[in-house]
Amino acid sequence: MDFATAIQILDSAVRLMTPLLLACLAGLYSERSGVFDIGLEGKMLMAAFTSAAVAFVTGSPWLGLLAGIAGSMALSLIHGLASITFMGNQLISGVAINFLASGMTVLLGQKIFGLGGRTPSLTGGGRFGEITLPFADSLRNVPFIGPIYADLISGHTILVYVAFLCVPLTWWVLFRTRFGLRLRAVGENPASVDTAGVSVTRLRFAAIAICGILCGLAGAYLATGLSAGFVKEMTAGRGFIALAALIFAKWRPWNALFATFLFGLLEAIANRYPNLEIGPITIPSMFMNALPYILTVIILAGFVGRAIPPRAGGEPYVKER
Amino acid sequence: MAAAAQQIGGRPDEAAPAAIELRGISKAFGPVQANRNIDLKVPKGTIHGIIGENGAGKSTLMSILYGFYKPDRGQILVNGQALTISDSQTAIRAGIGMVFQHFKLVQNFTVLENIILGAEDGALLRPSLAKARGVLKQLAKDYQLNVDPDETIEELSVGHQQRVEILKALYRQADILILDEPTGVLTPAEADHLFRILEGLKAEGKTIILITHKLREIMEITDNVSVMRRGEMVASVRTAETSPEELAELMVGRKVLLEIDKAPANPGAPVLEVRDLKLVDDEGVERLRGISFDIRAGEILGIAGVSGNGQTQLLELLGGYPEKGSKVSGTIRMNGEVLDLTGTKSDAATRRRRGIGHVPEDRQVEGLIMDFAAWENVAFGYHDKPEYQRGLLMNNAAIKADAGKYMEDFDVRPRDPNLAARNFSGGNQQKIVVAREIERNPDLLLVGQPTRGVDIGAIEFIHKRIVELRDAGKAVLLVSVELDEILSLSDRIAVMFDGRIMGERLPDQTTTGELGLLMAGVTETGPVPDAAGTPPARQQGTDRPEGRG
Repeated sequence: MDFATAIQILDSAVRLMTPLLLACLAGLYSERSGVFDIGLEGKMLMAAFTSAAVAFVTGSPWLGLLAGIAGSMALSLIHGLASITFMGNQLISGVAINFLASGMTVLLGQKIFGLGGRTPSLTGGGRFGEITLPFADSLRNVPFIGPIYADLISGHTILVYVAFLCVPLTWWVLFRTRFGLRLRAVGENPASVDTAGVSVTRLRFAAIAICGILCGLAGAYLATGLSAGFVKEMTAGRGFIALAALIFAKWRPWNALFATFLFGLLEAIANRYPNLEIGPITIPSMFMNALPYILTVIILAGFVGRAIPPRAGGEPYVKER
Repeated sequence: MAAAAQQIGGRPDEAAPAAIELRGISKAFGPVQANRNIDLKVPKGTIHGIIGENGAGKSTLMSILYGFYKPDRGQILVNGQALTISDSQTAIRAGIGMVFQHFKLVQNFTVLENIILGAEDGALLRPSLAKARGVLKQLAKDYQLNVDPDETIEELSVGHQQRVEILKALYRQADILILDEPTGVLTPAEADHLFRILEGLKAEGKTIILITHKLREIMEITDNVSVMRRGEMVASVRTAETSPEELAELMVGRKVLLEIDKAPANPGAPVLEVRDLKLVDDEGVERLRGISFDIRAGEILGIAGVSGNGQTQLLELLGGYPEKGSKVSGTIRMNGEVLDLTGTKSDAATRRRRGIGHVPEDRQVEGLIMDFAAWENVAFGYHDKPEYQRGLLMNNAAIKADAGKYMEDFDVRPRDPNLAARNFSGGNQQKIVVAREIERNPDLLLVGQPTRGVDIGAIEFIHKRIVELRDAGKAVLLVSVELDEILSLSDRIAVMFDGRIMGERLPDQTTTGELGLLMAGVTETGPVPDAAGTPPARQQGTDRPEGRG
C-alpha cells in the first residue's frame, strides 16, 4: 500500500466517520445528562429524509439542513416528553422512535415522491459542495505534507469540519462551563442539582435538544453530503455503532473522536478492499463489510475494559418520598 | 401543640422575630397525611431539635422548608417575613441551607465542583472555582471544616462528605442550617466534632435545626426541642426543662423503656466458633483480616464499628452469601461441626437448614422483595420447607396462615398479609424480617443493624424479642453501628476496625469513649499498623475482661 492509497483510505475514513462522530456526540450530551438514547438511529434517519426532501424541493442544502434538524428535533422532543416529563422507560421510548422513523420516512417518501420510499437524487446545488481550503492546490506538490493537506484535510463538505470542531467545543462546554458542570451533575446525581435549586427537567431537555441538533446534522450529512438523496434505511445501523463508540469512548469527547475514527477506518478499508488478500488467504467481502458491526459486538461485550456510564443514566428523576 | 410552641416564642429574651416560623403547615402524599397543621417557631441563634419516630413527618416538614416539596396549606415566615418557598433556589436565597440524610453530592466531582454546583458566578467555571477555593479556606479556618478542595467525593470518608454538605450551605451564605439525621453515619468522635462545629456556627449567630431520633443528641446540644408524632407537632419545649424519658413518651405516645430489661447472661456451650476468617473481595481488597471469636448458647455478642470495616462481609460470609469473586479462608464451626466455606454446601439455604437465622443489614435489598406481599416475604429462605409444598405447587394457604400468625406475634401494622412489603413503614418491614427469622427458632441468629431506620416503639419491641431468644438459650451475633444499641443489648462487645477485631469488652466495664477509640483503630498500644505491618496483638477479653485502658 503506497502513500497515495493510504491518504485515499484515510480521506474516505474521515467522510465515513463524520455521521458517526456527530451521532456519538449527540448521544454524549443526552447520556451525560442521564437520558439514555438508543433512538439516535431513528433521529438520524428522519433527519436524512427531511433534509433530502427539502433540499430536493427547494434546491438548497442549507434549507435541507434546517429541515433535517427540525425532523430530528421533533423525535428528540417525543423522547423527552416520554422519558423526562412522563418518566417513561428510556429504552422503550428510544425503540419506538427507531420504529417510527423507519416507517414514517418510507411512508412519507412514497406518498410525496412515489419512488418506493426514496427521494429523487439531488444534483448540483441540492448537495453540500466540497470546500477547497486556501492554498490546497498550490501546496499539493509539497512532499508528504502537500497531499495530506490538499487531499485529506481539504476538500470536505462544511458538515465534516463542523463535526470535527464539535469535539473540542463539546469538551470545552462539558468541562469548562457552568452548563457542562450541571449537565454532568444531572447525569450522575440529579438530586444534587435539584437540591441546589436547578431544574433537572430543564437541563435534561436542553441536553436532548442538543442531541436533536447533532443528530440532525448527522442525518443531513448522510443524505446531502455523503450521498445524494435519501434511500430507505440509509443509516444502516450507524446510530447503534455511534452508541457503541460512545461506550468505547467512555462518554468523553476526545475519545469519541478516536472511537468513531476507528469505525470509519474499518468501513473505508472494507470499501477499498472488498476482497482483502493476506498471503494465501482471501478474506471475503462479506466479512470485511461486517467488520464494523463485529467490532461493535466486541466492544459492547466489554472487551475494552470497564466503562462506567453516568450513574443516573436510564433513570427518570423522581423526588424521593 | 400550638400552645406549647407559643411558650418558646413568648419569652422576653426572644422578642426578635424568629428565624423560622411555620404556621399551620399541612402536606399529604396521596392518602398519607405526612404533616398536619404544624406550627413551629425557631428563635434566631439557637439550636433547635426536631425529634420523632420514623415516618413522623420530620423530614417532610424540613423538605417543605427547603422548597423541596410544596405544602398543601400553611404559611412560612423567615425572619418575620412571609415567604412562598416554591423551590430550593428561593430557600437558598432566603438563607436556608440543608444537609440531607443521604448526601446530595456528585460522587466523581471534586469537593470544589460540588460546592459551586448551582451557585456558579457566571457561565464559565474558572472564576467560580477560584473564588470558592478562597472562601473554602476561610470557612475551614473559621469553623474547623477542613476538606481538601481537590479531592473527589468518592475518596472522602462519610464524615468529610458531610463537611462538604455543610460547606455547600455556608458557601451559599446560609444563616439557617437544617441537618437531617446527621450523626447516623458518623463515629462518636466524628459526631463530637460535628457538634463542636455546630456550636461554633451558633456562636456566629446562625440558627440550626437538627432532626434526629437520638435522644442523647437532643439533650446534649439543643436549646429547644419540638416533638413530632404521626404528622403532628405534639410539643415544643426547652431542652433544659425536659428529660429523655419525657421526650420518648411524647414521641411514642406512651411510656417507653429506654433501658432494656435483661437478666445476666447464662452462657452454655459454644454454638459458633470462628477462627482466622479472611476474605479478599473481587477487587483484591482485604475485607476480613483474620477474625476469630466464639458465641455461646444464651449469649449476645455485639460487634461494634463504623460501617464499612468488614462487618457486612462478615455477616454475608456467615450467612452463606459472600460477594461473588471473594477469596475466603479460615474455619467456621457450628455446634462443633465445620461448615463448608466455599463449596456447594456453603449457600444461604444450607446455612438456614443448619439453624442459622439471618436478619440482613439492608432489609429492603437483602431481607425483603419490596413489591411482594408480606405473606410471600414470610416464606423467603424457608420456601422449600415440606409444609409449604403441595406436590409441585406452593401451599400458599399454609404460608398465609404462618404469615398471619407472625404478624400477630410481632404486632406488625397494618395486619394485612396481602399488602406489599413496600407499603409497610420501616419498623414494620423490619418486624416482618425479624419475625420470619426468629419464629423458625434458630440456634444462631445473625442480626445486622436491626433497628436502622426503625422507630423507637419498634426498636423496643425488636430488642425485647432478641433478648427473649437469648434467654431461650440461643446464640445471637448482633452487628450494629449504633453504640447505644450494642451497649444495651450485648453480653460481650467486639469492636471491628479495618477487617480486624480490635478488642473485646464487657458492656458494663467499658465506655462509649473507649469503644469509640477502638472503632477508630486506636488501641492502648497506639494506632494499628497498616496492611503491610504485623497484625496488632488481639485482646482476648472473653474470660478476662479488660478494664479501661
